[in-house]
Amino acid sequence: MLLSPYPTTGERIRITLLWLWCGMVILFLLVPILVPVPLSFNSGAFFIFPLEGISTRWYAVVLGTQRWQSAIGNSLIVAFGTTLIATTLGTLTAIALSDEKLPGRRIVMPLLLSPLIVPVVITAVGSYLFYARVGLASTYAGIILAHTALASPFVVVTVGASLTGFDRNLMRAAAISGAKPITSFFRVMLPLILPGVLSGAAFAFVTSFDEVVVVQFLASANQRTMPLEMFIGLREKLSPAITAAATLMMGLSIILLVVANLLARRSRRRPSASE
Amino acid sequence: MTALEPTKLDRPRTARDRSAADAKAAKSVTAKLRRAEFGDRLRSLALAAPLLVLLALSFGIPIVLLLSRAVYDPTIADALPQTSQALRGWNGAGLPGDAAFLALAADLRDNQAMGTAYELAKSLNARVPGARSQVLKTVRQLEAADRPPLEVMKAVPFWSAPGTWPVIESGTHSVTSFYLLSALDLHWNADGGIERVPPQQAIFLQVFMRTFFVAAAVTLATLILGFPLAYLIASVPKGLAAILIVAVLLPFWTSILVRTAAWTVLLQKFGLVNDLLLWLGIADDRLDLMYSRIGLIIAMTHIQLPFTLLPIYSVMRTIPPSQMKAAYSLGAKPFTAFRRVYLPQVFPGVMAGCLLTFILCLGYYITPALIGGASDQLISNFIANYVNVELNWEMAAALSFILLVFTLALFGIFARILGLDRLKLV
Repeated sequence: MLLSPYPTTGERIRITLLWLWCGMVILFLLVPILVPVPLSFNSGAFFIFPLEGISTRWYAVVLGTQRWQSAIGNSLIVAFGTTLIATTLGTLTAIALSDEKLPGRRIVMPLLLSPLIVPVVITAVGSYLFYARVGLASTYAGIILAHTALASPFVVVTVGASLTGFDRNLMRAAAISGAKPITSFFRVMLPLILPGVLSGAAFAFVTSFDEVVVVQFLASANQRTMPLEMFIGLREKLSPAITAAATLMMGLSIILLVVANLLARRSRRRPSASE
Repeated sequence: MTALEPTKLDRPRTARDRSAADAKAAKSVTAKLRRAEFGDRLRSLALAAPLLVLLALSFGIPIVLLLSRAVYDPTIADALPQTSQALRGWNGAGLPGDAAFLALAADLRDNQAMGTAYELAKSLNARVPGARSQVLKTVRQLEAADRPPLEVMKAVPFWSAPGTWPVIESGTHSVTSFYLLSALDLHWNADGGIERVPPQQAIFLQVFMRTFFVAAAVTLATLILGFPLAYLIASVPKGLAAILIVAVLLPFWTSILVRTAAWTVLLQKFGLVNDLLLWLGIADDRLDLMYSRIGLIIAMTHIQLPFTLLPIYSVMRTIPPSQMKAAYSLGAKPFTAFRRVYLPQVFPGVMAGCLLTFILCLGYYITPALIGGASDQLISNFIANYVNVELNWEMAAALSFILLVFTLALFGIFARILGLDRLKLV
């Protein structure tokens, strides 16, 4: 596709240069995220190749010491709490917004997306200021609330995308058949948009699990999450345990986001498949 | 679909053809439908309400509260009620009368008694550097009470210095433009005009310029690296394109913190980047890439590259290759065809990617904090520092205000010329 059937020399040179350049860019993209993986299995305490030997001692540190264990626990509490609230409320909002005639629709959407655009330090500092006054600072509830603001746009957008393929007449048909709105939601709409909802939930989970700035301002020493432990560790002393934690976090986000994207793609493809 | 479409009944034409009775019936059906639809709208709003309320509480109010701190600072007015009263008739020129000095002495003693003297000293210090020690010294001398208060006040040169009283006077008004002006390295001069602060006090314009410079450099770098790759992915067969796109998405899906951590490992003095530079012969000696501007830009470029590339790719994908072939067959040279046929069509994608990256770069915090040196800290880091270290909320709020104005203005441009649906998240 790149080369025409009878390429000129100039064209050959251009295409070769393009491939070379792109090869370098791909190396630039991939090598940095892959480097921590072998280093996390290093038996030595330094970050230098070649590795001294293979060991899982740094994973033992991350999964076995109390400090990291409680960080992982905190991360899971916050991420599950955020996912639950953001997915429930985000799905309801997406359903409301899928109604084209909803008044104020054009204002609501930018407002919903604004947490993604506002620099996160401003969100974090503002939450710290306000939550301290209402007694939510240094609580799980406070962190979950702040994370919900950051995560819900993803749910609204993914569920919204899967709703564009949803035929509203199905809901009318259910209503005519005597189903109450809540029944038709659970029996008709939810099964059809479920991939979109699950995909949104995965995005929400990853957003919260990876978040560090808000946590840095809102969490007390008891609520340190895994990214926050990593951030503190990186500031104080670079230990290979951080590469192990980074590898674990990277693995988790990549797995969840691959699933999320496959689900999102499936839910968007559905309308063409059913036609 | 059409059988269930109720809006057809709205048309008066249908009603006109029929008898008056039919028309009446149709009208009442229309009214009923309207009412039913209105009910639907309300129900939709009720569905959206919980999230909107939650966002207002967890996100909206905190930000409004923070921004209000930039222009509303009642600390001095609350701490100096008698002085506020005494200064009411002062014209702002020279020194106020002895009554104001006495009122200030009384206020200072009251603050000391209530334990808020330090708070006041800190707040004054934010406006007049060095005020903290002067306030605390005066308070101690007033407490000793071996001399009349007026004598104590006059004996401390700080209270008779030309800049002090105008600042106290402006502090007695709770609404202030002081911090917002400071955030732009401006202040009110003695004549009531706005002017630049002296160069040795100016810090923030430089930080804003630095933030813009880093954002522009990163945007340019991501475009140079990303545009050809987007073109390649859009041009190769589907299977290969899927593999290449995974190479873009894998780093995209890894958190900023993890990628920053990876770069701190890579940029070490004995890290991989220095190994590579030595091996290629680009550098003769190992460079200090950690805590440097160039290291910061490299890491941020890596993090932002997918944000620039993906919108460009999504536009390129829609351009049929036959167009370029048509241009060639009409005699266009490759560069001409690219410039006149391809580039105008991908331009919206380029704009979307670059604007998105630029906007996101303005708010970077984690990466400069971990990879940048002391002179590479961006505006977000200053905001965090004012909260965490200096405990100066007003200054943090003012810097947030300015940063937010820039960010939202750019986002407004983005939404205006490109539309929000370009902001694809998946």
